[in-house]
Amino acid sequence: MKMTKAKRNRLIYNVVTFALVIIAFFVLQSMIDAKTITRSLKGQLVPICCWIVMAVSLNLVVGISGELSLGHAGFMSVGAYTGAVVSGLLLNVYQIEDASARLAIAIVAGGLMAGIVGALIGIPVLRLRGDYLAIVTLAFGEIIRNLVNVLYIGTGDGRLYMSFLTKKLPEGVVMLVDGAKGAVKIKPISTFIAGFILVLITLAVVLNLINSRAGRAIKACRDNRIAAESMGVNVTKYKMTAFVTAAVLAGMAGALYGLKSSTIVPTQFTFNQSINVLVFVVLGGLGNVLGSVISATFLTILPETLRAFADYRMLVYAVVLILVMIFTNNPTIRSFVNRLIAPFKKKESTPGGDAQ
Amino acid sequence: MTAFLRFLINGVSLGSVYAIIALGYTMVYGIAKMLNFAHGDVIMVGAYISYCGMQYWGVPPVASILTAMVVCTVLGITIEGLAYRPLRQAASLAVLITAIGMSYLLQNVALMIWGANPKTFPQTFINGASLNVGDMSISSATIITILANVLIMVALTLFTAKTKMGKAMRCVSEDRGAAELMGINVNRTISVTFAIGSALAAIAGVLLCSSYPILQPTTGSMPGIKAFTAAVFGGIGSIPGAMLGGVLLGVIEIFGKAYISTELGDAIVFAVLIVVLLVKPSGLLGKPMREKV
Amino acid sequence: MSQQKTKHRSDTKMVPVPSQSIVPERDINDIPVLETRHLGIEFGGLKAVDDFNLTIGKTEIAGLIGPNGAGKTTVFNLITKVYEPTSGAALINGRDLHGLSITQASKLGIARTFQNIRLFDKMTVEENVRIGLHNRIKYDMFSGILRLPRYWIQENKQHEKALELLHIFDMEKLADEEAGSLPYGAQRRLEIVRALATDPKLLLLDEPAAGMNPRETEELMENIAKIRDQFQIAILLIEHDMNLVMGVCEGICVLNFGRVIAKGTASEIQANPVVIEAYLGKKKEG
Repeated sequence: MKMTKAKRNRLIYNVVTFALVIIAFFVLQSMIDAKTITRSLKGQLVPICCWIVMAVSLNLVVGISGELSLGHAGFMSVGAYTGAVVSGLLLNVYQIEDASARLAIAIVAGGLMAGIVGALIGIPVLRLRGDYLAIVTLAFGEIIRNLVNVLYIGTGDGRLYMSFLTKKLPEGVVMLVDGAKGAVKIKPISTFIAGFILVLITLAVVLNLINSRAGRAIKACRDNRIAAESMGVNVTKYKMTAFVTAAVLAGMAGALYGLKSSTIVPTQFTFNQSINVLVFVVLGGLGNVLGSVISATFLTILPETLRAFADYRMLVYAVVLILVMIFTNNPTIRSFVNRLIAPFKKKESTPGGDAQ
Repeated sequence: MTAFLRFLINGVSLGSVYAIIALGYTMVYGIAKMLNFAHGDVIMVGAYISYCGMQYWGVPPVASILTAMVVCTVLGITIEGLAYRPLRQAASLAVLITAIGMSYLLQNVALMIWGANPKTFPQTFINGASLNVGDMSISSATIITILANVLIMVALTLFTAKTKMGKAMRCVSEDRGAAELMGINVNRTISVTFAIGSALAAIAGVLLCSSYPILQPTTGSMPGIKAFTAAVFGGIGSIPGAMLGGVLLGVIEIFGKAYISTELGDAIVFAVLIVVLLVKPSGLLGKPMREKV
Repeated sequence: MSQQKTKHRSDTKMVPVPSQSIVPERDINDIPVLETRHLGIEFGGLKAVDDFNLTIGKTEIAGLIGPNGAGKTTVFNLITKVYEPTSGAALINGRDLHGLSITQASKLGIARTFQNIRLFDKMTVEENVRIGLHNRIKYDMFSGILRLPRYWIQENKQHEKALELLHIFDMEKLADEEAGSLPYGAQRRLEIVRALATDPKLLLLDEPAAGMNPRETEELMENIAKIRDQFQIAILLIEHDMNLVMGVCEGICVLNFGRVIAKGTASEIQANPVVIEAYLGKKKEG
């Protein structure tokens, strides 16, 4: 097959994306081996991987599928809690000592559970459009947070105990999830390598999905719903595909995130966290996967390295959201900017074909 | 039975606050076709301003409430002009993200000015003597809130029905293009809508904090979202709908917290939103919309 | 929808089914590709389309004309299931469309273009056509994500078929352009290619010549006939350009105020006083 220009650009884009991630991994890994890495950066490695996965998966929903989801942190919390419970169960009940096996199973379980929740939520949510859809995803995110607040799970006598609303577990049970206290006594088992692998999987899934029949159908539904339906594209199915895929990835990121420290509290996964991820996506460019990776990385490191930035982080984020939206969507400003950069830019289509 | 009645009255009172906030959402949504996510935070600003008026500037309560209304009105018009007007033609996704950014901006500016520590909202004439009916006592804040809601509702209904600007608003909400061709200044109409909504938000802020006197930068966000739920519940774009939706939602929330679970109060409210949107997306009093092909 | 109670009385009003219709003689042995029976829709008491009866032969090029606001696009929306009719039925190749979704109707072989162009603006021209091929050259999502052999085979097929279809309007060179950046005429042509990609049996064109210059319209006319000959499909078009309608349409249906006021061949329609009145207004008496 002759390689077309669009295809070549896409290939370059994908190769650059993967190459950057892989190079960054080896540089950081060698810094760890040589012990030249700062402590704070080392502590940030797993979170960075998690936020990259979160941003890329949310981009699949917001940028590619064109639906604003404000409950992405909800899926992360489902994954985190599931991961903590599964990991605790494997250790306490099945006595699996191998940490990486536990981590792998916990991540898969986290993804599956978030996927199931995503599908259950998606069925009603995706019937709605635009602002209503956004507000309902927000509602679901809050409902999930409310529900885990009254969830009690523990292990004892070689089995799992669970209760809801009130703590009704027998004496001597080892608590895994303790209501408003969150998930407790987690054995931190997340590793940077696991995070790196998860990022690679996420990139492969999302990039391959975008450049396939299903991905095109998702984009078609975004660009023009009625036209897509008229071409025989099942809009609900493809909106669902994007939504559930993103939920699964967010759940996996959540499991990895939850297993990095000894406790998870429900307040870690509020609406604010969903907005954080949205900022990564918007700043990286809606539909631009590489952009999400880069902005998630920098915006996770920045508050740690720049204390001044940490104090004004949310303020800066707010301004960024507003300015990026106005600059990319106001016709007057856009044509002005285009005229400014025109002399510096050779006629070339945007890489990835999705950057807006 | 007394408990039931008390919950009911508390519900109606809380619902009245939701209703006043919901008016801002429903008018803006009806006319500018956008979800002004920052509306809830305008409430917070209104509450802070009147708090400052009474606490620091030594202004009498009524004057500080009026100050808050003026500040919020200016704020609403400014937000609309700076952030939303440039996006008039943009996709709803872009507008909504901008509105979320605006909400965050207000919260964080408030955080810088007033700090994260919750402030206790002062007692005012709103918290006067309580009314005793049988063995039940109804606080004056509850009564004033409910009265204010009814008053505002009547005033707004008359405003949209009788005045020239009110008619212009109805025109713009029906068909922006046609309204423009008829010589209606759409930008000005939308500005006025934001002004009214924001002034009402200031009142709602004071009423909310009179009943629940804890004031912090995030005070407005949850009531804001719930009030949007109320607006959708009642039928977005409909003024009586906002009142009905707000009151019903307040009652549902208080009953849910009282009889089901305190922790799940918010979850119950949001579950109502989801059910309403799925069963009757146009709300109780709204009219269905049809996409033109 | 409207649940009409069956009356068991002798005063039941009887209506002719199939209604009086014309199709080209060559299609007489085939099931008509489209048959509507008393099709109608009401919006809040207003009958936008009422008692619409039309039969289109297997390879007919038919025209739907009428003054602005006559309900022509509403007819398209009824046939493509954007709207569910409130009365009557529409049959595609003898199959009732009742209760089907837009997507299901498309799968039965209806494709359309839109009056206000609805391309996937941010996708390339080729990708737009590939969406048309969505249900024709398939592979599942996992083959796509895992890049299984089936992905490569089917993607290749899609690519070749897309270029082959674009060739109809000599648009292969534009394959990599963003659809939204094309000139107006090219966008209209791309919509037709995209619709053809779904392998339709009935192609609905909503004002295909709108915004085209006379030379482009001339070309379009030839191409419409060419498409019919090549694909052996039926085409129903809405158009205000009477040269195009009279030049290419075999059967013509005239709509006014939601009702059919005339049906016939080009020459019959041109001579029909009712049609002339609908277009030019009533002649002054005396």
